[in-house]
Amino acid sequence: MTHLVIDGLSMRFRPPGGGTVEALRDINLSLERGELLSILGPSGCGKTTLLNIVAGFLAPSEGRVALDGREVRGPGAERGMVFQQGALFEWMSVRDNVGFGPRMKGMRARERAGVVDHLLETVGLGGFGDKAVYELSGGMQQRVALARCLANDPEVILMDEPLGALDALTREKMQGLVLKLWQETGKTIVLITHSVEEALLLGARLVVMAPRPGRVFRDERLPFAAMGAGQDLRAVKRDPDFALRREEILSMIWDMEEEIMGRAPNGAVPA
Amino acid sequence: MNEFWNEVGGVLSAAAKALPWIVAYVALILLLLALWRGARRLFGRGPQDAMRRTVTFGDAGAVRASPLASVLSIAAIFLLWAAFTGSVLVPSWLRAPGPFVGDGRLAYTAEAPDGARDEATVTVAVRPEGETPDIASGTPGEGFAKDDAVLIRAGRATLVKVQDNDEVTAADGARIVAVDGTAMEPGGPGLDLGWGRVNVTARGTLNVAPDPGWRMEPLWLPPPESVARRLVEIAQGGYRDASLWEHLGYSLFRVVTGFLLGAIVGIPLGYAMGLSGWFRGWFDPIVEFMRPVPPLALIPLVIIWAGIGETGKIVLLFLASLWIMAIAARSGVSGVRLSKVHAAYSLGASRAQVLWHVIVPNSLPDVFTGARVAMGVCWGTVVAAELVAANQGAGMMIMAASKFQQTDIVIMGIVLIGVIGLAIDLLMRWGERTLVPWKGRA
Repeated sequence: MTHLVIDGLSMRFRPPGGGTVEALRDINLSLERGELLSILGPSGCGKTTLLNIVAGFLAPSEGRVALDGREVRGPGAERGMVFQQGALFEWMSVRDNVGFGPRMKGMRARERAGVVDHLLETVGLGGFGDKAVYELSGGMQQRVALARCLANDPEVILMDEPLGALDALTREKMQGLVLKLWQETGKTIVLITHSVEEALLLGARLVVMAPRPGRVFRDERLPFAAMGAGQDLRAVKRDPDFALRREEILSMIWDMEEEIMGRAPNGAVPA
Repeated sequence: MNEFWNEVGGVLSAAAKALPWIVAYVALILLLLALWRGARRLFGRGPQDAMRRTVTFGDAGAVRASPLASVLSIAAIFLLWAAFTGSVLVPSWLRAPGPFVGDGRLAYTAEAPDGARDEATVTVAVRPEGETPDIASGTPGEGFAKDDAVLIRAGRATLVKVQDNDEVTAADGARIVAVDGTAMEPGGPGLDLGWGRVNVTARGTLNVAPDPGWRMEPLWLPPPESVARRLVEIAQGGYRDASLWEHLGYSLFRVVTGFLLGAIVGIPLGYAMGLSGWFRGWFDPIVEFMRPVPPLALIPLVIIWAGIGETGKIVLLFLASLWIMAIAARSGVSGVRLSKVHAAYSLGASRAQVLWHVIVPNSLPDVFTGARVAMGVCWGTVVAAELVAANQGAGMMIMAASKFQQTDIVIMGIVLIGVIGLAIDLLMRWGERTLVPWKGRA
């Protein structure tokens, strides 16, 4: 049985200036339980809008999203979300941030402490539980965000460019962590990124979206996530097949951008 | 319109008079800066920054208040105060010269209507307030102008009617035509006597102004020790049927009560405005209108409505803090990052839980900033309200003292008001650091 179904999804905004923006047109995707899907696309292709609809923060103009047959009508604990940055609660310690979801559900403090300590170990933050979140580096903060999401034991984890604000080295480490968590927890993960390399690495399945209107341009399965979960990520990146795919996707996106720019009314060629 | 330009002229001339003093003060600051720089260079420590930054001019992070400058600044204020009030706290060579005290002498020449002239001597005893020496003159002298002896208070210009004892008086048509042999005109320029100045007024009388010196009179600015003495005296004996602690306690009680009431109403009001479009629409016109109205402008209305008792003052302070707290809470709520709220919802939080665990704590830094501003405004407002009408309070103390020209009490009150205001702000800052340590670090 399919796990997460995105069925005929369209989204049109009416911005305050007037007119209509068609952000998404007829998106159809279905995910099996435990799938790792990365969504790649140039900016403005509606990938964040899509994720926000799945999370339940936005209602689509047409179509529906269903998880295990239940239609999504708003945010819910079964769909956890990891944001790019700044979504942690500064007024809580690392421990309280991670324990937030269980606490909202009414889990007892003692039971919660066990869950939190285990997750902090899992994301490599053992011993940092009593720190304030603003004392941590950006990478460590994203580890907290991952742990906080996992603490709630969601069915699906939605990640909105979770590593976008990190430096290259930290980012690589975190990519390894995401793969490790995927493999260990077997969660369904939908990850949005604008980095081709990251999309290839962190997607057992890759969806490339095209902009204006946002639509699915390509949908394929990839071997690299499975490879990376078993071995060194650098080795995967050195793999000739990986390089080939990267070039292919990159030129696809370049073509896409050029096509859009070619359609620009003033016909200007941007630098 | 003419009156207006006269006033403008008055303001400009006052500014011009103050200018040399301002220039002198700035020169003092620059002199000490140069000395300090020189001393540092002498001892081998160049003007280098602790972080070894080469660009410090323009780098806001490199500017740290110099503790030495602060100490010198405070010391300079007290030194200037002490020097220009002739305080006993500083050595005598540092005190500004006082007014002339002693015996002066001048000779005037009167001319009778028939053209006859005669000279007479005036002995002037210049004494401070309270001293009454025996000033009986000896022989009145020859001729129609008779010698005089007068007592003048130190630093006070005085009209001396030297002709009243003459045989031919001003009423008979005699005029003063010279002093110490120098011809004088009524309303003309004055003459320097060495111990003071004299001039003939337009109506022909001698105006004797003994040298006033450089010191401030206690009426304008009492020396530090007399302010300190007053403080001890009032701390022990009270002022106007209430002890010093009662005066200050009343002011603080009013501020704290008014502020707390304002916060209790204002914070939920601000939350409602931040969370609901209906409430924002309803209260925006009221809050935006009331915010720019200074609370001081409400004093007369509050007195009319609630009288001069405690109720009126607390209502006033409530109104002073209400809008500030409402606006602070509103901006705290509006400033919450959407991703935090989204995160809380997707972690399973209910609306009430989002409010309590995300929106309220997220707004605390703004609420604290508002509270600091509100406490400052309340403290200023309470003093002003007590100036208008009160039986106790710091403001009442200085207002009552000013009516009796007890400048030392006025200054003592101003210092106490300043110290308490500063203490309140430090306390609020400490509370902020302790309760919202994440402020500015999100």
